[in-house]
Amino acid sequence: MALLEVNDLMVSFDTPEGVVHAVNGLSFDLEPGQTLGIVGESGSGKTQTAMAMMGLLSENGSASGSVQFRGQELLELSTRELSRIRGSKISMIFQDPVSSLNPYLSIGDQLVEVLTHHRDLKRKAARKRAAEMLHQVGISEPGQRMRQYPHQLSGGMCQRIMIAMGLLCQPDLLIADEPTTALDVTVQSQINTLMGELSEKSSTAIMLITHDLGVIAGLCDKVLVMYAGEVMETADIDSLFADPAHPYTQGLLKSVPRLDKAHSGILSAIPGNPPDLVDLPEGCPFRARCPHAFDKCIEHPDLFDAGEGRHKRCWLDELPPLEEEAEQEEHA
Amino acid sequence: MRAPILKVEDLSVHFRIDAGEGLFRHDYQTIKAVDRVSFELAPAETLGVVGESGCGKSTLARAILGLVAPAGGRIAWLGDNLVGKTEDEMREKRRQLQLIFQDPYGSLDPRMTVGQIVGEPLKNFFPSMSKMQVRERVSGMLKMVGLAPEQINRYPHEFSGGQCQRIGIARALVVNPRLVVCDEPVSALDVSIQAQIVNLLKELQKKLQLSLIFIAHDLSVVRHVSDRVLVMYMGKVMEINDSERIYRNPAHPYTRALIESVPIPDPKLERERARRALGGELPSPTHPPSGCVFRTRCPFAQDKCAAAEPPLEELEDGTRVACVRYAEIKGELEL
Repeated sequence: MALLEVNDLMVSFDTPEGVVHAVNGLSFDLEPGQTLGIVGESGSGKTQTAMAMMGLLSENGSASGSVQFRGQELLELSTRELSRIRGSKISMIFQDPVSSLNPYLSIGDQLVEVLTHHRDLKRKAARKRAAEMLHQVGISEPGQRMRQYPHQLSGGMCQRIMIAMGLLCQPDLLIADEPTTALDVTVQSQINTLMGELSEKSSTAIMLITHDLGVIAGLCDKVLVMYAGEVMETADIDSLFADPAHPYTQGLLKSVPRLDKAHSGILSAIPGNPPDLVDLPEGCPFRARCPHAFDKCIEHPDLFDAGEGRHKRCWLDELPPLEEEAEQEEHA
Repeated sequence: MRAPILKVEDLSVHFRIDAGEGLFRHDYQTIKAVDRVSFELAPAETLGVVGESGCGKSTLARAILGLVAPAGGRIAWLGDNLVGKTEDEMREKRRQLQLIFQDPYGSLDPRMTVGQIVGEPLKNFFPSMSKMQVRERVSGMLKMVGLAPEQINRYPHEFSGGQCQRIGIARALVVNPRLVVCDEPVSALDVSIQAQIVNLLKELQKKLQLSLIFIAHDLSVVRHVSDRVLVMYMGKVMEINDSERIYRNPAHPYTRALIESVPIPDPKLERERARRALGGELPSPTHPPSGCVFRTRCPFAQDKCAAAEPPLEELEDGTRVACVRYAEIKGELEL
């Protein structure tokens, strides 16, 4: 049985401007120990998917569909039941590590609270366990750090503490929402190495939400590409990067400036802007920005089976491969 | 190199902070945010400035624009030293030196229309321009940055992040500056939009023969726009190098570490890459290490690195590097 099965998840928000359709019929599943990357631009619904799973939507938000975690329907649970799962079976780390920690409590108190609440540990045992965990995420002198407050530590250090806190109860699933976006590249590399090691050592499945394809390439087994609240493409990591099947995935890959390749002067940008989530266009949501759009795209495409466990939401059977197209552009 | 448009010599900016704990227990300490930085910028050249947060790259930019007072050094703008100039004297210079900010929304007044935002610098620097002339210039500018002139009466909230950054670029360029400092202009944008803005900046620079100082923490973007790259660490210049050379043959261990930490969107390469992540954290800026400031995190550090601060030396190919062990380790730095 899959650890997590999401089926036809819809998330919408009532706003004065109208109903914002943030997630529109999302389905995917996740096996134990697997690392899933969810990539997409701002507003593609990747964060709200996680928020809906955790029951953390804002008051004007509502979710429908189904999120089964170990066979249990998360969307139907009461806040009380959810809070027993949150932090113990599913934990989440956020983009901004400094503001996700409580500024009034010492690091030690915040870590100990998780264990006394979820695992009924005595304070002394909890402190010992917390110190071990801090050591595991590469924090030196855990004893001293536990007496400090969040503002006394750097962003990278706070994110390590968030990761340690997320893993304290050995959860089945860790949701990491842009965990390194606010950090420097050197610290990002340290944190990514750490997450990679932890996912190898423990059986925790990771759902990594990011806009950075480079981070996905280094950490994930499987990728989900989102656009306007829908899955555009899913594939295992190697085939997605080697042979993207959806024009949006191609566009994303081409617009990233790369350090390992000689640069060609002009970056290949995706023209235009993402669609308005209040007034979604008919047919394929990417149609207006797609270089391959044709008449058929006015109809909404399903998520088609593209073979070898891959899926894509596109009417085209074949796309010109990434490299070839770049060459053609150079000749032109 | 052609005669520089901007020549910065030994520029330092110091901040005094109170590290004392408690209301009356003062403990004043000096942070050298920018410490004896020297570089030159040619007309129509782009200089990328990279480094981790807190390395002083934004402070350097602010000092050049006269927004913070330097503690010492010279900023020669077209041969004229800007350090110590009065506000009145700086006024005309400010037309020639413009700034593009990081936060596309936060840097635009939400209560002003696009026309007012882009037109304001014109009113400020060319008070004799008629309303018609201002309007014409503004709509010409909007067109140049890829916005429709009909959008002139709209407000910032009606635009997306990428479009707001276009408005910020129009505002900076409307007064015909010679040098534009871009402080992380694309780091708040999505990749697909980021590429649009990077292309726009490159195109405008060519068309208008602008000099750019491009500050960013994203090395791959910097490589794409810059002719030369300046690498800063704890307020000091570690290396200044040609942009193509620096990514193949970095001369400073810190530059190499920065490049190595950028993830590459290719799973095979990522797996093969032996990640040599830079260990440790930035040292305290109030008590920087003796000698080379990078030595506490440097994989090549030896005793001699602690003895004296390495000077920024110019090599045969024009590279400038501050590392005493450069000649010994240069083979190992290649990427």
